[in-house]
Amino acid sequence: MQYVPNIIFTLLLALGIGFFAKNLKKIKRNIQLGKAIDRKDRSKERWLNMLKIALGQTKLVRRPVSGILHVVVYLGFIIINIEVLEIVLDGVLGTHRLFSFLGGFYGFLIGSFEILALLVLVAVVLFWTRRNVVKIKRFWQKEMTEWPKKDGNIILYFEIVLMSLFLVMNATDVPFQEMQAGNTISQFLAPLFADFSLETNHVIERTAWWLHIAGILIFLNYLYYSKHLHILLAFPNTYFANLNAKGKFENNATVTKEVQTMMDPNADPYAVSENDGAEPEKFGASDVTDLNWVQLMNAYTCTECGRCSSVCPANETGKELSPRAIMMKTRDRLEEVGNNIDANKGVFKDDGKQLLKDYISPEELWACTSCNACVEECPVNIDPLSIIMDMRQYLVMEQSAAPQELNSMMSNIENNGAPWPYNQMDRLNWKDEA
Amino acid sequence: MNVPTMAELMAQGKQPEVLFWVGCAGSFDDRAKKITKAFVKILNKAKVDFAVLGAEESCTGDPAKRSGNEFLFQMQAMANIEVLNTYEVKKIITACPHCFNTIKNEYPELGGSYEVMHHTQFLKSLLDDGKLTIEGGSYKGRKITFHDPCYLGRANDVYEAPRELIRKLEVELVEMKRCKINGLCCGAGGAQMFKDAEKGDKEVNILRTEDALSVQPDIIATGCPFCNTMMTDGVKNKQKESSIEVMDIAEMIANAQDL
Repeated sequence: MQYVPNIIFTLLLALGIGFFAKNLKKIKRNIQLGKAIDRKDRSKERWLNMLKIALGQTKLVRRPVSGILHVVVYLGFIIINIEVLEIVLDGVLGTHRLFSFLGGFYGFLIGSFEILALLVLVAVVLFWTRRNVVKIKRFWQKEMTEWPKKDGNIILYFEIVLMSLFLVMNATDVPFQEMQAGNTISQFLAPLFADFSLETNHVIERTAWWLHIAGILIFLNYLYYSKHLHILLAFPNTYFANLNAKGKFENNATVTKEVQTMMDPNADPYAVSENDGAEPEKFGASDVTDLNWVQLMNAYTCTECGRCSSVCPANETGKELSPRAIMMKTRDRLEEVGNNIDANKGVFKDDGKQLLKDYISPEELWACTSCNACVEECPVNIDPLSIIMDMRQYLVMEQSAAPQELNSMMSNIENNGAPWPYNQMDRLNWKDEA
Repeated sequence: MNVPTMAELMAQGKQPEVLFWVGCAGSFDDRAKKITKAFVKILNKAKVDFAVLGAEESCTGDPAKRSGNEFLFQMQAMANIEVLNTYEVKKIITACPHCFNTIKNEYPELGGSYEVMHHTQFLKSLLDDGKLTIEGGSYKGRKITFHDPCYLGRANDVYEAPRELIRKLEVELVEMKRCKINGLCCGAGGAQMFKDAEKGDKEVNILRTEDALSVQPDIIATGCPFCNTMMTDGVKNKQKESSIEVMDIAEMIANAQDL
């Protein structure tokens, strides 16, 4: 009987991790629904980017208040996980505070974890206040209602509960308190439980211990349903992010071939193209499967902080466009497509819907000034602009659905080499004008 | 005004050091033509060996690409590249950040690789080489704020060259709250210049003009003909055109020396 807790624990752990792994595989599969794009080059720069931006949080702290609070929570999360390692080992092996053989160093470790836990608690309460009391604009925009709004708060509640359980667990661990090492914060909580018997303290300690590890496993599995995936995906996302100048937009290779053939005086206009028989390639993107896998990973990585939308000139002037919503809608549609595939034995069954129009309206797409403010601002290098541009390409090249004024501009370019109706032969007239 | 074309020079068997890519705005827009002329005056004063393409120049394709018309963009790009390569152009300077960005970043893959500089970068290099002197003249002591064009700043990380030139004018350079990487767009990019804005509660150029007005400048300096138009309209909308000018840095440098 004495092994029952170990067995229950191991089962719980396997179940928690196994279920998450299953969902992770789904995410991976969904991301791979995207088109190929080569982001394996320049690996040194990519590692550096990841170290600086994801690990080092350099872009986050551009906004000092939320940035520093985030660093606190992030450090707390990473460092306190060392404690989770001990908890897991204790659970599996049936030991108690396995690492305590480290002696003074153990006290130092747990003491630091406790301080971090308190700091995380404070930061999370401040985060909650910013969202719900101060009502910072970017948390109250129209895409942040219902689930996205709830999601943001649930994550904060999770963290409050987990940190509190960790401190209570330590406070009610009477032998640990008696060691007088490492109880930097919990010693102030211990008196709350001093009136209880040793046995009651033990029961509270065990309960907190179990709830804490169960909470962690539930939180881990919650990630899949939440915007919180960024804690994992921020790393690959910054690694695979675009390294070129932000002004450089991808040149469509299929178009290049076509234009080259058109401009080649030796090309045989009646020649059978190699593409014959096959369906001609679609230009631009009308659904998630037309986007590349990095754009799809971007959508899963987005944690809906809204910094992009808060600097978007279109959004700031009340237009329909919100770069954050572009990412959220892309993810929503991708999950819909993924669920469709799962429900239809691995094959996507046409559901009559697509990303364009059913999720993202042309009005949103046409409001973009391509200024790159959203791309520059994203703390994890998400690129909403590339999705907007791909979808514009579909609207224009597949549907000829540009706003009328843009059609005039484009026919001017076609006819006289300028966006306005001036004669190309007059390009140098300014030279002789007074 | 001495403005040789590539064709003329080629007929004389000459190859200029740099090609000045004027751009559509610089060729046709009345306001932007003034920038073009100011820049040419500086080039002539500094005895830069340059030429323009004149009637052989055509839109880079930037507004077409950003509107989603990749086909038209690449048609323009390849036609331009053919002309540029025929003249064996090595170095291109332009006063338009959109042309600058497109030729610099999007032409190489299509067969057109050149050294491309924005005119502020080129003027800065002339200054560094001692080929150009900049004095404050009538601008001395005046309050200037610089609006970063998106396609120069964020798109290509050029923030310092224009500012160094402005400082040389012995003026007081005041930064807007949103500047450099945080600069707010004027509202013209992504082909917005050529269409009405979507429904909203404000025009982007008005918001940006308010940013500029809040630092109470005498002059709003820019380095882009489209930003220039947007900011000029914004200043007019705020009825400040009698007290605040919108100027390209090249114009200020030329004016200061009475060129």
